[in-house]
Parts: sequence; C-alpha cells; structure tokens
Amino acid sequence: MDYQLHPLGDQAVVIELGEEINLETQKKVKRLSTFLEKNHETWMVEYIPAFTTVTLFYDLLAVSQLSQNSVLPYQAVCSYINKIIKSLGTDEEVDQRTIEIPVCYGGEFGPDLEYVAEHNDLTPEEVIKIHSEGDYLVYMIGFAPGFPYIGGMSEKIATPRRKSPRLKIPPRTVGIAGIQTGVYPIETPGGWQLIGQTPIKLFRPLDDSPSLLQAGDKIKFFPISYEEYMNWEDDK
Amino acid sequence: MIKILKPGLLSSIQDLGRYGYQKYGVIASGVMDPLAHRLANLLVGNNELEPTMEISLLGPTIQFEEDMLISIAGADLSPTINGEAVSPWRPIFVKKGAELKFGYAKYGCRAYLAAAGGFAVPSVMESKSTYLRAEIGGYNGRALKEGDILKVTPPSVLSQKIFESLKGNQLFTEMDWTVAADLLPDLADQSRIRVIPGRQFSLFNKDSQIAIFNDPFEVTAQSDRMGYRLKGKEMALEKQEDMISEAVSFGSIQVPPDGNPIVLLADRQTTGGYPKIGQIATVDLPLIAQAKPGDSISFTEVTHEEAQRLYLEREEKIQQLKQGIKLKFR
Repeated sequence: MDYQLHPLGDQAVVIELGEEINLETQKKVKRLSTFLEKNHETWMVEYIPAFTTVTLFYDLLAVSQLSQNSVLPYQAVCSYINKIIKSLGTDEEVDQRTIEIPVCYGGEFGPDLEYVAEHNDLTPEEVIKIHSEGDYLVYMIGFAPGFPYIGGMSEKIATPRRKSPRLKIPPRTVGIAGIQTGVYPIETPGGWQLIGQTPIKLFRPLDDSPSLLQAGDKIKFFPISYEEYMNWEDDK
Repeated sequence: MIKILKPGLLSSIQDLGRYGYQKYGVIASGVMDPLAHRLANLLVGNNELEPTMEISLLGPTIQFEEDMLISIAGADLSPTINGEAVSPWRPIFVKKGAELKFGYAKYGCRAYLAAAGGFAVPSVMESKSTYLRAEIGGYNGRALKEGDILKVTPPSVLSQKIFESLKGNQLFTEMDWTVAADLLPDLADQSRIRVIPGRQFSLFNKDSQIAIFNDPFEVTAQSDRMGYRLKGKEMALEKQEDMISEAVSFGSIQVPPDGNPIVLLADRQTTGGYPKIGQIATVDLPLIAQAKPGDSISFTEVTHEEAQRLYLEREEKIQQLKQGIKLKFR
C-alpha cells in the first residue's frame, strides 16, 4: 500500500493513502480506520478519516513518555503507523446500505440552483435531473456533525465553491462544491453552492451513532415538491 | 451552588473538548484557552478535565448560594466581589451570599471560572463542553442565562484541604500565593504567535509565504469560537486549485479563495477544503484565544520539532505546579 505521512500541527499526523478521490482509496481509508477503531493505543486521541487521508491525533506528552527521548515523538508515531500499514490485509468487503434522500430543489431552499445551471450551460431542470439520477457513495463524514461528503456526482453540474463562505446555511441544505455534493445537517457557515433542501435529519445526537449516514453508504436523491417537503414526516 | 444574576455576553460551560467523535463530524468544542482552564482547575484542587465557565468579553454577575472555593484565570474582566477587586490566578474562598461581578475585558478576551469539584452538568458523548451550534452538552446545550442555577460536583480531598485553609468569616479570602509568572502567557506576545508552516504552505505564492510571517493581521468582527477571520495582506496560491477536504485541527490557518486567512479554533469543523498556510503551535493557542476583534496579531515561524519541544516544556511546568499544590496541602 503506497502512502505518505505529513504532520498536521504538533499533535497529529496525516496519513495520505491516495492522491485522488476514488473507490480504491476509499477502501484503504476504511481499512485503516477499522484497524484504528479496533486497536486503540493509550497515546491515541482519535482519528478522522477523509477522502484520501486518515488523520491520527496523538497525545504528545504520552508519546514522549513512551519513547523516553530515544526518538522524536513524531518519529515514534510514524514508526507505529509504518508497522500497522504493513500488517493491513486487502480482503474484507463491508456491507453496503442504500439510503434514499428526498430533496426539494431550487426556490428558497436552493438559492444557487440558477448559478449552477448557468455555470454549466444547463437549465435548472436539467441540473435537478442530473443530480437526482446519480449513483452516490458516502466517502466520509466531516465538516459538521453527520455531514456526508458524497462522491459520484456528474461533472456536468460541477461548480466551484463560492469565493467567500456564507455565514449561515440552514440545516438540511443540499449543496455542490467542485465535483462534490453534500447535505448540511445543522446551521453552519460554508462555501458550497446551495441547490435544495431535504426534510430528513442527518444529525441525531441522542442516537448510538449520531450520524444517519456512514462512510461507505450508497445514496439516491429524489426530487420532491414544496408541498411534499412541508408534509414530510421524518421517521425519526 | 451558584446563581446567574446576569449572563454576560457569552458565558458557557466548557471542558477540554469532546474527542473521539470527530469521525462522525461532531466538533471538539471545549475551552478556547486550554492553559487558563487547566490552571484554574488545578488552583482549586480539581482534575484539569473538570468543566469551567468560559466568560467572553463582557462577564456575568454571579451569586453564591453556599460557601465555595473558586479561582479565576485568563483574561482580566475586572472581577469584583461585592464591589471589592478580586485577584486572578489563585484559590479564593467565597462566602454564601457573596456576589461576583465581571466587567468588560480590559486585557485579553476570555476568563475562566473554576469551582472546587467542577460544575455539575451531564456528559454528552463523553464531554461536558457546550456545543452551541448543535445545542448539546454543557448547561442545557446553551450559553448561560439569567436565573440559571449551577451545582457543583462533590470536591476532591485536595479541594477540601484548600477550602479549609482559607475558610473565614469575610465575604471572600484570597490565597497569598499565585501561579509562577513563567507559566502565565504574556499577551504582549500576540505580536509573535508561533506558527508551523502548513501542509499546503508550498502551494502559496512567494509573496504570501513571506507576508504570513512578516505582516500584521487584524482580528475582524467576524470572529467567534469557531474561528477568527483575519484581515491583512491577501494570501494567494501560486496556481488556483480545488483541494480535497481533509482533517483540520485547533489552530489551523486556512485560506479561502478571497485570500483572507481564517484561524480555526475550539468550535472548528472537523475537516476543511481550503489550503492551510500554517498551524499555530499548541503552546501559543492561549495567545490567539485571548485576542479580541480589532486586535493586531502577527505570526513568527517555528519548526514542527521546536513546537513539540515547547509544548513538552510547558507540560513539565504544569506538572510542577500540580505537584507543588499537592505538597502544600499534604
């Protein structure tokens, strides 16, 4: 397995497992994350999986006490990572769920739908059709609680992030950034182009797993009308 | 038990953060100034993990409903008890009925109030920190309001000993010793906050690479617990590109396309898609946390190795303080 290690600040290391977003790299990220989940060392604080990276946060004091000044703490952490990556197998396929997400596109819910259409020489209707016909995969959860970064969006509707992030984006808003699409679970600032909103809650703080979606899930978006949106009853 | 008579601008219960849930996108939260929080706890005989009250810019007025042992650390918000000035960075015995009042931040931005035992709030996802945006943790998931009653957890043996040594009939009694000066951050150092070059540092153009370590930046009004937006020379990449989102951390300095750097702080998101030009050394996080809108700050370069060494050095001093307090009350 090819990878690179880079420090993030003075108490974390970024393990880069690939250079572009693809299924193969996602599987490597998942495999390493699963290992870290099952093998928690006392000096580990936590890990954050992303598209092409897993970032491991460590307790610098604990590492330095363990390595007793024989090597620099960062080197000690890197040696450990080198060792575990060597030991990782390439088998184990994981179960994949499909989650359907209704979206009310455009209007007050999707103020940037027109811009996304213009940017790609399409009509708003065509953008909706392309967005809701895609097969999507959740690559990671991040940025906000339960926020899925979703791969598989057609390049036909790819649109760069806004030059300056919005200070407030309403919860459950669906957006596009570059070739990524995602859904905002709670009110937060952000730079994505907003195209619609779902009535479904993605962040459920009282559930065992606080995120509705998990890395590796398949997603289908389907368009609903404003009326259907207003009458939607979330099953949770 | 204490009662909030006036809440101040933003007073919330925080601990050292909610770690282990960032993989679900749940942010770490926690105190902005971990050093002030930890010292405040140690001074009242608490474990440094206990939650304290983080007080920002304009402080609250608090009534004590029982005799208590407290300490105040961090920014100077001119605290008084029934009109008489109170000293920070030391244990204080406060009598039932006393009224503690904070004013505007004269020096720094955030003060920390610790109570022996720690404020009693439930753990949510293993932390007592308030996650304001998601409305979970801390005191009912929100900032403190007028009329709120905060209880404290039964204090440790050490806390009880400190309490007994100060207990008296006056409204409050201060300890005659304080924290060693070399442990306290000097906010004059805001003009030289140490920064490690970030993971995407080399993607920025030469001008930006020079400016980040030489030019001053203003903390703008668009600054909060999530992050500080800075204003100064605009940073630019050598070649514009859309980055793949990855983890960020406390003190990451990222640059959105408008060129104005954002320093990510306690309520930062778990991941980000903007290039990181730098990363504030953990040891200097208190300096940025104590900067307020309008302040001018600047960064000086430090190596990754040096940042780790400085951190370990500080940790040793904190251990010494911890031992020192224990020895005094053996």
